[in-house]
Amino acid sequence: MKKTIQELNDIASQVRRDIVRMVTAAKSGHPGGSLSSTDILTALYFNEMEQDAATWTREAKGQDAFILSAGHLAPVYYAVLARAGYFDPKEMGSLRKFGSNLQGHPSVGHIKGIFQPSGSLGQGLSAAAGIALGKKLDGDPHRAFVLCGDGESEEGQIWEAAMFAVHHKLDNLVAMTDWNGMQIDGPIETVTGIEELNEKWLAFGWDVIVAEGHDYESILNAFQIARKQDGKPKMILFKTEMGHGVDFMAGSHKWHGKAPSAEQCAQALEQLKETLGDY
Amino acid sequence: MKKYIDSGKKDTRSGFGDGLVIAGRENPNVLALTADLKGSLKMDAFAAEFPERFIECGIAEANMIGVAAGLAVTGKVPFCGSFAEFVTGRVYDQVRQEVAYGNTNVKLASSHAGITLGEDGATHQTMEDLALMRALPGMVVLVPCDYNQTVQATIAAARYVGPVYLRFGRPSVPNFTNPDEPFEIGKIYNLNPGNDVTIVATGHTVWEALQAAEALEAEGISAEVLNVATIKPLDAATLSASIAKTGAAVVAEEHNAFGGLSEAVASVVVAGTPAPVEFINGGDKFGQSGTPAELMAAYGLDAAHIVEAAKKAIARK
Repeated sequence: MKKTIQELNDIASQVRRDIVRMVTAAKSGHPGGSLSSTDILTALYFNEMEQDAATWTREAKGQDAFILSAGHLAPVYYAVLARAGYFDPKEMGSLRKFGSNLQGHPSVGHIKGIFQPSGSLGQGLSAAAGIALGKKLDGDPHRAFVLCGDGESEEGQIWEAAMFAVHHKLDNLVAMTDWNGMQIDGPIETVTGIEELNEKWLAFGWDVIVAEGHDYESILNAFQIARKQDGKPKMILFKTEMGHGVDFMAGSHKWHGKAPSAEQCAQALEQLKETLGDY
Repeated sequence: MKKYIDSGKKDTRSGFGDGLVIAGRENPNVLALTADLKGSLKMDAFAAEFPERFIECGIAEANMIGVAAGLAVTGKVPFCGSFAEFVTGRVYDQVRQEVAYGNTNVKLASSHAGITLGEDGATHQTMEDLALMRALPGMVVLVPCDYNQTVQATIAAARYVGPVYLRFGRPSVPNFTNPDEPFEIGKIYNLNPGNDVTIVATGHTVWEALQAAEALEAEGISAEVLNVATIKPLDAATLSASIAKTGAAVVAEEHNAFGGLSEAVASVVVAGTPAPVEFINGGDKFGQSGTPAELMAAYGLDAAHIVEAAKKAIARK
């Protein structure tokens, strides 16, 4: 059942609350990129992907698959999976704790919905390309989605995978970049510049779509365009803002990997409407 | 002692190539991936018979491992073939994350392993791969000793569900094991029962160990020869029983001194019945260019060195 844009905004608001509360309780984790990619993953899981929590299997036969290549965005991944019914939202409070199903970075075998572990950057695009190729070999018309960070494109393996996907004509591979312009050590262009990112992907032979990552009309339109079966893999570059939705985090690399204090958490939650009930 | 006949020298990598075709006929999910080394890995026959199941990845090993993991997620059984160094050291993190921690059904087909790669020299002669692969939780590590056993090990690797590191080599070496004997993962093959010393060997050193046992027999020393074709999980029961019986051992491997069969055997021996053990391995050195025979002699891995080590171990009883 597709959601309206209002419903997506409501889910995203709850997901952002979940992220802030989870990371605060864990006292560590990565809120900045989780908040910048919240709208992308909300639209993906609630409106675009053909994947169902009740019938999910890791083999993904007859379903779409998703890899979170930027594994440090685990908080948003877990929150979206919980809100989409993959596991009990109550478990969110256990993030990063001993014995938890919610490991610091995504792992397999703990909760439903995760196809491959991730966190060591640059690897998820290859795994997603493998899933896309497996589906082609099986004649399964479903697709593989993958979300990368923009700083992650500094990894050489991303570009190995870029060439592989084009060579093997993986038009069922939809890659997305959370293009927030920040990485741990600062603005990307001051660390090791990656621009012009869209020109790079075009030069590698991909279909490139640039979209606004906090505007659901733009996100859904990008997904619509990415359904094109023209023999080319798709890269959607989502322009986003690190820490989006929480004013004191917005636009700052300092919130890449830092947990808020209890006071900061309360301040953040005042800005995020509780729509689905806190866990 | 039991007589082993070389039915004609063959390279173990051809055993992999021929085993892969059999595995491919047995299971339509078996795939072959390579990073621009189809010919070196002897994948030509597989690629000719199953063109749609042969996936050329180009000179991009890291991506190959990730793609293989993704394929395995969808139910495929991908064999990733490259030189030993390039499916281990070069891509260690990818293997750790995507294959071992992800517990994907990926097979690492590792050719040109060890010093017998020969003329290409140290850049390509990995003597560290067993240590790297043994250290990964859940990784099965197989080192068959000749062409026949490599055919069977490849078939067994394809049937096994889970990550496997399958190591083989470049040079033509004696082919002497029973071609019809199925490969059992986790089993040590006792090739020659003996009483005075146990020679524990793997891969190319197994033939050397048999030659050494013959030489020792001529001097009235009875050597038991164990072929450790599975380095992990190690058949500790067979190993312990043998060394408890003979009271001394020599471990011979085409690997350096760290983290390979030498240390695997040592940890079993010290935890069980301690006995003198001598080690035949590449020490703390890189390789160099040369013929396989020259290098095996220069690094002390041949039958003559095993004979001396056996006498030393017996003298320490």
